[in-house]
Amino acid sequence: MIELWRRAVDPWGQDVLIGVSWDLIWVAVVLAAVFLVGHAIWHRTRSSGEAAAVPAPVPSGVPARIQRHSLAARLFHWTMAASMLTLLFSAFVPILDLEFAGWLTIHWIAGVVLIATIVYHIIHAIGWQDFWSMMNFGPSFFKEGVATLRHVLSSKAPEPKAGKYPFDHRMYHHTIVVVSLAAIVTGVMMMMRIDTPFFTRDPYFISDQAVGVVFAIHGLAGVSLILLIASHIYFAIRPEKRWITWSMVRGWIDREHYAEHFDPAKWVVTGDREAGGGALADASVSAPLEDD
Amino acid sequence: MATIKDMIPAFDLLQPTSVDSAVALLREHGDNAWVLAGGLDTFDWLKDRVKRPEVVVDIGGIDEIHGIRDAQGGLEIGAMTTLTEVINHQRVRSEYSLLANAADHVATPQIRNQGTLGGNVSQDTRCWYYRSGWPCYRAGGNTCYASAPVAMNREHAIMGTSRCVAVNPSDTAPALIALDAKMVVQSPGRRTVDAEDFFIGPTTDITRMTIMKSGDLLTQIHIPATWANSSFYYEKVRDRGSWDFQLVSVAAAFKMSGSTIEEARIAVNGVAPYPVRLDGVERLVRGKTPDVATQDAAGDLAVARARALARNDYKIPMMRNLVRRAVRSVA
Repeated sequence: MIELWRRAVDPWGQDVLIGVSWDLIWVAVVLAAVFLVGHAIWHRTRSSGEAAAVPAPVPSGVPARIQRHSLAARLFHWTMAASMLTLLFSAFVPILDLEFAGWLTIHWIAGVVLIATIVYHIIHAIGWQDFWSMMNFGPSFFKEGVATLRHVLSSKAPEPKAGKYPFDHRMYHHTIVVVSLAAIVTGVMMMMRIDTPFFTRDPYFISDQAVGVVFAIHGLAGVSLILLIASHIYFAIRPEKRWITWSMVRGWIDREHYAEHFDPAKWVVTGDREAGGGALADASVSAPLEDD
Repeated sequence: MATIKDMIPAFDLLQPTSVDSAVALLREHGDNAWVLAGGLDTFDWLKDRVKRPEVVVDIGGIDEIHGIRDAQGGLEIGAMTTLTEVINHQRVRSEYSLLANAADHVATPQIRNQGTLGGNVSQDTRCWYYRSGWPCYRAGGNTCYASAPVAMNREHAIMGTSRCVAVNPSDTAPALIALDAKMVVQSPGRRTVDAEDFFIGPTTDITRMTIMKSGDLLTQIHIPATWANSSFYYEKVRDRGSWDFQLVSVAAAFKMSGSTIEEARIAVNGVAPYPVRLDGVERLVRGKTPDVATQDAAGDLAVARARALARNDYKIPMMRNLVRRAVRSVA
């Protein structure tokens, strides 16, 4: 029988929550496996039933390479990815019986790196990126969501053309924001209870009951991240998505993919000047707000 | 005071007669099994109803892990050899008196007659918050009750802590580390690990004191010939001379070349969640004469990373002095 929570009796005889059951690690792993296999089967079935796509006409004036991710954005992404994987590894590998000394130190250092990258990302996104294109929750967001769902459910429904950030990317982003913030806030509270250079250790600044809730939220966020990161890596390596993955390495996409997947009215590409490496330096200018 | 009227919760008692069958039983029952050696740690847990195993595997009937044999110039001590047998063994007394001395400091004669060397090194910490059954880190919870500002932590750790501040209670452990002993663990394959690696701290696993997991059985302890007949020093400080766990203990082995320390192995216990080998101090004293300056430098280095809790700051000068005295013993 799978348990959801770990509970114990405290010194005052009260039944207290002390965290999530580690059975949930396996639940997350199984759910991830079911989702990935299910998606792979769905995609295979879907592809065989679909007629060969006619290449979308390329808008005039669009350069061969369109910058999608700046170097700063790519550095953020890969640093965050490394810290996330380190966090998951240092959190769950010891629980799964592969012990190594110092896992906790590795874990909180990776957590600090993650926090630093996120602070950097927030500043960078607000100041230099298409912040409102990602954070737009206007009617067009829901319209695109409905269109995306229709496309998933029926091969006859066309894939909606998106702005710079398609609906599924934005949903993934928002989900991981919520889960990561839950892990970070509770993680900082847990860090205050151990020896680090940042705080004078105080394991008793909140009650036993509150500590249990903090551990439970951190654990739930952790096991959720197994599912989220497994699906993210899965989509990153799928053949039909690799052009997006490569854009996170090289920084640019080609104009054929741009024409096929994006709406030029939502993601306006105006550049005509080639940058080093072939990507356009000013090609990823902000789209006009879709609801403007 | 509460009156406890119930019995020790029932368990199945299994009494294998070979290591293989014991390991098979331990693996079959996993976390529900408990290894019974001398019973001195076991029955505390069971009578306090804190540990409630479904199966107790009594390894007292396994002849192959009893007794002391000569092996590769050194000794092979079965894990079920009693502490009294260790103390009285002729070669242990003459060539490895450090171990005999340490074993002789364990508890009382009655306990040494019953307690085993394997049990002494495998016993759990005596932190009373943990042994009271409170949901501390070591018990799988998320709090250390012993490091609170108002906690009774006079006997707890001054180094090597990570959330848990309990100390390793074994008297023989530092002696085995100083003698460079090897621990043989069956599970069901056979692993041999250095004594200092046999003990783990909370940074590796906060719920265990040794590398042994469920399904593992400590079968033998090898004492190599390397440190036989060296100059040894053992000292244990405790509240009661007649019977108590150590507050701090030190075990040291020195190889001398004239008045110079050629090689040294020094370990202390009672200061951390695991017995601590003082590698830095060993390097410091190597090639030096054990004069006052060396003694002082050794003592100071030993406690360089110590940090006291609310009520155990006395352990820092105590450990410093024990290390000094260990070095002084070969002056």
